[in-house]
Amino acid sequence: MTPHAEFDDRLGRRLAADRGAARRRVTCSGRGTVRAMAASDQRAPAAARRGLDAESRAWLAALDSAGAEREDAVARLHDVLLRAAHFEIGRRRGALAQVRGEELGDLAMQAADDALMAVLAKRAQFRGESRFTTWAYKFALLEAAVTVRRRAWRDREVPLEPDAWELVADQAPALDAAVEGKELIDAVRDAIAGCLTDHQRNVLVALALDGVPVDVLAERLGTTRGALYKTLHDARRKLRADLAGRGLAIEPQRRAPGGD
Amino acid sequence: MDAHERGDADSKLTGLLARVLGPVGPEVTCEQCFELLDQYVELEVSGAHADARLPGMQAHLEGCPACHEDYESLRDFVAGTPAPRRDADRSWRG
Repeated sequence: MTPHAEFDDRLGRRLAADRGAARRRVTCSGRGTVRAMAASDQRAPAAARRGLDAESRAWLAALDSAGAEREDAVARLHDVLLRAAHFEIGRRRGALAQVRGEELGDLAMQAADDALMAVLAKRAQFRGESRFTTWAYKFALLEAAVTVRRRAWRDREVPLEPDAWELVADQAPALDAAVEGKELIDAVRDAIAGCLTDHQRNVLVALALDGVPVDVLAERLGTTRGALYKTLHDARRKLRADLAGRGLAIEPQRRAPGGD
Repeated sequence: MDAHERGDADSKLTGLLARVLGPVGPEVTCEQCFELLDQYVELEVSGAHADARLPGMQAHLEGCPACHEDYESLRDFVAGTPAPRRDADRSWRG
């Protein structure tokens, strides 16, 4: 383990241990922890930074420095990530109507702490294809979004093993006058019932029809977001192939996911 | 069913099929999407043709609601974030 990886590993364990108390403090948990750890920080090998913008180079240089300079850089990075986490939680506040303001602050702090750990652990993977801050923001936004989705579904049951064909029929719009639409829905319903494995059917219905967030389903099933999306992708491919075999090649209009 | 109701039903049917059948064409994975998301958003915010530079991203964002939400959040946050030079000037004064 490199000196910085060792430092970050210790910082991570320290942050995790401090989190309960730190989230109850008004001050930034990252700053206090980093100050405590800075004495043992060691200089990291210089990274290749040709082509980076000046601000990104400055961030990386400071994070690879030692002592007070690195401590200050990590604390400022935590501030940046906390701002992003607050942004994300604020825009998703509607999903957390039952959560009090103080807990929202705790959730943002938790997301910023986790994002800080991810950024420090993975910063060697930063390729300079964007600004360093844009690259870092995505970790905070992801952590905050996952935190909100899981918190919003914490007390909700995730339906599994539903009668998929019933759900398709239920969600189909009024198609009395749209004969071709009714025919298509029937074909999709038959394909869901006949082409997919039980697991593919459950994942498809939960994600695509019931609107269960993939992070929530992954947590409940003990798997990963990527693995579940792969299952969904494979199920969709099977359905398309089946429909094509019936002469019903579907080319839906491009649209944002999740809406009607 | 009048024309308005018929249009609404067609729209709902299109949405339902899109959710069930997903995007057409090759797409990146969730992991690849996260890897490329910062680059994709900066290209888009700068007016560049992000979809041409990073093929498979748009299709995945259409098929994966969670990644699409992450994309929207990063895009909106970056679009509302002050330009880097001003950030740097303020940050590095301590």
